[in-house]
Amino acid sequence: MKSLFVFAAILFVAVFATTGCKKKSVDPFPNSGAVAGWDKTSETRVFAAKDLWQYIDGDAEQYVSAGVVTTSTSDYKYQGQLEATMDVYTMKDAEGARKILEKQKSKDAQSIQLGDAGIAYAQSVTFRKGPSLVRITAYESTPNAQAALLALARAVEAKL
Amino acid sequence: MKSRREFLKAAATGAVLLGAHSKLGVSAALEPRKSRVVVARDAALHKADGHLEEQRVLNLLDHAIAAYTGRDKSVEAWKLIVPVGKVIGMKVNGLGGKPIASHLALTLAICERLQQAGVKPGEILVWENSSSSLEAAGYTINTDRSRIRCIGSNMAGYGYEEQPVACGAVNVHLAKILTRECDFVINLPVPKDHDLAGVTFSLKNPYGAISNPRDLHANGCNPAVADLNSIPAIRDKFRFTVGDATASIYQGGPVFRPETLWHPNALIVGEDRVALDYTAWRMIERKRDEMGLQTLAAVGRPTTFLATAASVKYNLGTNDPQRIQLIEI
Repeated sequence: MKSLFVFAAILFVAVFATTGCKKKSVDPFPNSGAVAGWDKTSETRVFAAKDLWQYIDGDAEQYVSAGVVTTSTSDYKYQGQLEATMDVYTMKDAEGARKILEKQKSKDAQSIQLGDAGIAYAQSVTFRKGPSLVRITAYESTPNAQAALLALARAVEAKL
Repeated sequence: MKSRREFLKAAATGAVLLGAHSKLGVSAALEPRKSRVVVARDAALHKADGHLEEQRVLNLLDHAIAAYTGRDKSVEAWKLIVPVGKVIGMKVNGLGGKPIASHLALTLAICERLQQAGVKPGEILVWENSSSSLEAAGYTINTDRSRIRCIGSNMAGYGYEEQPVACGAVNVHLAKILTRECDFVINLPVPKDHDLAGVTFSLKNPYGAISNPRDLHANGCNPAVADLNSIPAIRDKFRFTVGDATASIYQGGPVFRPETLWHPNALIVGEDRVALDYTAWRMIERKRDEMGLQTLAAVGRPTTFLATAASVKYNLGTNDPQRIQLIEI
């Protein structure tokens, strides 16, 4: 009877460890219309660390050495005109995300309150939250680009 | 540095010599001494909305090619550069998307001049490693062989050679587009800061002609850049470069970083890819200095691959400014 109880306990722990404890994987990419003015204009593409060069050849190494696990990317359009790309890097840990964010910070970066830390420029917003690093880049400079990017970024942050 | 007027006058008298690494017919009658690099600029190349003015791009291309060849008529000039009746590949660079890729306006301008020089549409092939890179850069995929093709090596029916080729210490698989389709390649790189190599331009653009570029990034891409450019299919087919310096990234490249985007509004033309890369490197260093950034060497990204490519062992070109004939117009 005792061994049956021990077996049941082990089974419970094993099942809990592989399912119950696991954080539900989330899709951080807002759908069209979820954020005012923004449309998702492409399918989300996902790259494993070993394939990241296919997306950002020459830039992939810094993410790989910082512990990137997967990279997801999708295109967006704001009010039918402003094109942007959102990249979500899922790192092994928060330290990897911090390393990349620090590297991308220059003296003219504007600090923003988003996730654990974030920076903004006129055409891009980058922030980290836990092991996630999110970068949204607009392809044109418009007067309302930064505000629009920030609105999209806040929606992503809420989903992470 | 010569003005274009001085250059054309000298060309007419036979006093101008084309590059030491010139293999094109245009230089056959002249004793080569220096590698010629033309940097042609037009400050008004971009419209108010930030997009390129297509007619100005075409005009700038004509000026650059005229300065390079010494021929004022663009059709005659292109006939000196490309072999008619052969398949002309145009290796663009799509990394980074529209703002920082080889711009469609430039590619179309070259296509127009090639056709006027007698190259049939079906003999022109615009290519990159992946179709998604091309599409992200604004190109439309076309596989119809009767028209100008625009294809990625990842597409069905193309792909990479199964038989690897030695590239220094590693093996690479060359794109079939390069080995089986193209007789002559026009290289259309974009000068950018590079996180590993320091700078990426004409010598690094052939990284998009192999299946495993990730294997060639160690040690600042040195000597991998020289090894790759020494592979016969690359060394012999990448014959002419029209560098798209209408836009560039001076820090944080090679991907698109709007915060460090700048517009040199230039085309950089030549045959000697080492001399071309030397010129692009100096251009990027000047911009970094202007923006208060340290040199690439100071931040741990020296462009050591240039000296390697120029060394006696590789002899791919020259990085000696005394042996580069820089023509700025």
